Amino acid sequence: MTVKTDLDIPTPPHADLSVEKPMKRDDPASVLVPQASTQDEPMVRFAGVTKRYGALTVLDALDLEIGRNEKVAIIGPSGSGKSTLLRVLMTLDPLTDGMIEVDGEPLTHMRKNGVLVPASLKHLRRVRSKIGMVFQSFNLFPHMTALANTIEAPMQVLGLSRKEATERARDLLSLVGLEDKCNHYPSQLSGGQQQRVAIARALAMRPKVMLFDEVTSALDPELCGEVLNVIRRLGSEHNLTMLMVTHQMGFAREFADRVCFFSQGKIIEQGPPQQFFSAPRHERTQQFLRAVKEAV
Amino acid sequence: MNSFFDLHYAEQILPALLRASMYTIFITLIGFAIALVLGLVLAVLRRSPIKPLARTVGFIVEFIRSTPLLIQVYVLFYVLPVYGITMSALTAGTVGIALHYACYTSEVYRAGLNGVARGQWEAACALSLSPWRTYSGVILPQAIRPVIPALGNYLVAMFKDTPVLSAITVVELMQQAKNIGSETFRYLEPITLAGIFFLLISVSFAHLVRRLEYSLRLP
Repeated sequence: MTVKTDLDIPTPPHADLSVEKPMKRDDPASVLVPQASTQDEPMVRFAGVTKRYGALTVLDALDLEIGRNEKVAIIGPSGSGKSTLLRVLMTLDPLTDGMIEVDGEPLTHMRKNGVLVPASLKHLRRVRSKIGMVFQSFNLFPHMTALANTIEAPMQVLGLSRKEATERARDLLSLVGLEDKCNHYPSQLSGGQQQRVAIARALAMRPKVMLFDEVTSALDPELCGEVLNVIRRLGSEHNLTMLMVTHQMGFAREFADRVCFFSQGKIIEQGPPQQFFSAPRHERTQQFLRAVKEAV
Repeated sequence: MNSFFDLHYAEQILPALLRASMYTIFITLIGFAIALVLGLVLAVLRRSPIKPLARTVGFIVEFIRSTPLLIQVYVLFYVLPVYGITMSALTAGTVGIALHYACYTSEVYRAGLNGVARGQWEAACALSLSPWRTYSGVILPQAIRPVIPALGNYLVAMFKDTPVLSAITVVELMQQAKNIGSETFRYLEPITLAGIFFLLISVSFAHLVRRLEYSLRLP
C-alpha cells in the first residue's frame, strides 16, 4: 500500500501536519497561517500524480485541485484514467509518482522529522477515513443486512457504540429512502436499493469527500433516477465535496460545478458545465460529446 | 469355527470397543479443531504480501500433502525422540493427523478466499476497516460459508484415517478391534462392529456438517 517515490517533495509552508503534536500557539508556522486559511485551501489536491501499469501510463503527471464542497464530474472515454483517479484517491491503488493531499494533509505520504515519507498503513487509514466511496458494483457485504452494513465501519473504526451507530445508520437509511429495508439482506434488494444502501454506508463514516465511481452504470435505466435523486439531495443538503465519474451527461450538466474531461491520463479540458457542454474548445472533447449525443 | 455372527460374543466385546471409539472421536475432534485453525492461518499466510513467507508456507503445505500420513506420524513418534522431543503416542498421533489435515483445509480455505470478490476487499478498504476486521468481519464469513461442505469431507476423511495411528501404538477403535481379534482368534465380530461404529459416526458427522451449512445459509 505504501508509495515509493524518490522525489523530494517540498513541504508546503503553511501546514504543520504532524499527527502527534498539536499546533502550538507560539509555533512560527501557526503565526504564518491564520486559522481561516484552511477554508481556502482545496479539499483535495493532486500534485504530479502518475499511475503506470507496466508500460501503460494511466494517469500522466496529473495536477488537480478540488475546492471545499465543490461537485466535480469526471467524464471521458473508457481507459482514460477517470476511475483510476478515484481509486488512487481512495488508496485502492498505490501511486507510481506524485502526491495527494486531502483536507490539507498529505494522504499518500506523511511527515516524519520534517520530511515527507511514504505513508504508513495507520496514517493511510486515518486520512482516508475522510473519504467515502460508492462503487459501480455496489460491493455491499452480502452476509450483512442493510443496517449491519451501515453500522459496521462506524462501530469498528470510529468506535461508536451499537446504539449510536444504529441511530446514525437509521437516519442515513431513511435519508436514502430505505428506512423500511433495514433488516433486508443485499440479495433481497433491487440494484437501485443496494446502491442507496452503499451510499448510506459510506456516509455513516461522516466523510468530507465522497467519490462516486459510475454508480448508475450497473443499474436498469429506471432505477438510475432513485440513485441520482439521492445524490442530488446530498449535494444540496450536505456539505460534501463530491467527485463523480459518470456517463450521465445530463446529470453532470445539471449537478456539477465543474466538468473535467479525461483523455489518455490527462485532463484535456475542464470548466463549468454550461460552457463545457455548449462550447467545448478541445477537438477531442467535441468528438466525444458528438459521439455521446449520437448514442442517445 | 462358527461362521455366523455370534451375538453373545459381540455383547461381551462391545464395552471395550465403545471405549476405543470414544478415543477415536476425541482424537478426531481435537485434531480437526487444530486443523481448522491452523489451516486458516496457513491459508492467510500463503496470501501474505511478504513473498518469502508466502512461498515457504506454500512449500510446507505441498510437502506435507505429498507425503503419507503414516510416515509423518512415524517421524513424530519414533524419529523425534532421537532429537530429544518425546511425545506420548496419543499426542504425537493427534498432532500428526492435525498437521496433515491442516494442509488440506488450508487449500480449501484458499479456494474460499479466492472466491471472495475483489470489490469486497475494496469496500472494506474504503471504509478504513483494519486488516484484522477486514478478514474477520468481511472476508472470512464470505469465504468459509461456501467451503463448509468441503471442510466437512475432510472431517470425515480424517476420522477414517485415525486407524493409521494404530501404527504408533495408539489404541483407537481399529487397534482395539485387532487386539480383541488376536486374543480370541475371532475377528468377525470385532471388525464388523468397528466398521459399523465407523459408519455410524461418519454419518453423524456428515449430518452435523449439513445442519451447520444449512443454519449458516444466507437468504
